[in-house]
Amino acid sequence: MRPLAVLASRVRYEEKRVFAALERRGIPYAHLDTRRFSAELGGGTADPPYAAALNREISHSRGLYASMLLEARGVPAVNRSGVIEVCGDKLRTSLALERAGVPVPRTVVALSTDEGADAAERLGFPVVAKPLAGSWGRLVAAVPDRAAAETLMEHRAALPSPQQHIVYLQEFVDKPGRDIRVIVAGDRVVGATYRYGDGWRTNAARGARSEPCPLVPALVEPALAAARAVGGGVLGVDLVEGPDGPLVLEVNHTVEFQGFQTAHGDALDVADAIVSYALEQAERDGSGPDDPPGGEPAAPPGHDVGAALGGTR
Amino acid sequence: MTRTCPECEGPVELAEPVRLSEIAQCADCSSELEVIGLDPVALALAPEIEEDWGE
Repeated sequence: MRPLAVLASRVRYEEKRVFAALERRGIPYAHLDTRRFSAELGGGTADPPYAAALNREISHSRGLYASMLLEARGVPAVNRSGVIEVCGDKLRTSLALERAGVPVPRTVVALSTDEGADAAERLGFPVVAKPLAGSWGRLVAAVPDRAAAETLMEHRAALPSPQQHIVYLQEFVDKPGRDIRVIVAGDRVVGATYRYGDGWRTNAARGARSEPCPLVPALVEPALAAARAVGGGVLGVDLVEGPDGPLVLEVNHTVEFQGFQTAHGDALDVADAIVSYALEQAERDGSGPDDPPGGEPAAPPGHDVGAALGGTR
Repeated sequence: MTRTCPECEGPVELAEPVRLSEIAQCADCSSELEVIGLDPVALALAPEIEEDWGE
């Protein structure tokens, strides 16, 4: 039986739940630590080493390239590299959502910090400034007025990365002390939680408290539309309740779900839903876990390895 | 299973099954630790958060 690859350099609550779900089902898998992963190009797609790759890599760069390299060998990746590329860049996400007609907060992008304060003023204070890449609410700033915007732009200009000089601004949505996380797997909504924070940022990584949120069409429809817009897969769609309905803030491609799972208890199983989706992709895009190449021995469940994918010469 | 924190030598409880690359926290010094070996189970300080980490 061709094993499923689980990519993770950091095994947290979520990855342990995924391993346990695979073991409950008796699915052979290989845990690949991306810090010990290498691949020679040129191997082709004829004999993929894995039925599918479930990408749980915490590093955006390693996760993106790991999906690319495995796809080049014919391994369906969850999520696909194209999805990771879109979700890992807030502007690319916004453009994908706009093309799909998904409701989002008003957004302005300035291509230099010199233009940033003027762009914020046109959007109307208060605004929220976000780095194009990044997660967990890091370096996200609420900007109340022109003076604060000018100060923020000075700080941004001093940062060495050119990407930090691209200014991504959104209207400040006066949310009711919470936002909403919807987890989507393919065309299925796994569930939703409210996330309550002490400050204006309500990221779980900043200590937000999760509670179950009822799945109503006004929430499900934009969440599914957002997931489809970025290319689909296993995704965490974050929404905020605007005055005229939910607005999509971002779509996360390596969804963390400890608070989500704890809030729902036994009512649902996120890891199991993720595994189901990965197996569906293995059946659809690959040879499937039950279609082994001739004579290849089964991988023992949960063996922990680095991996080197060879090419052909 | 109990192992010793490489930072403060305090006891660190690990739930079984222990996994390679698993993250644990020392209750004494709050250091974040990583399981770097399984036979025998060994702990080291976990890597610092990098700029591109996230979900």
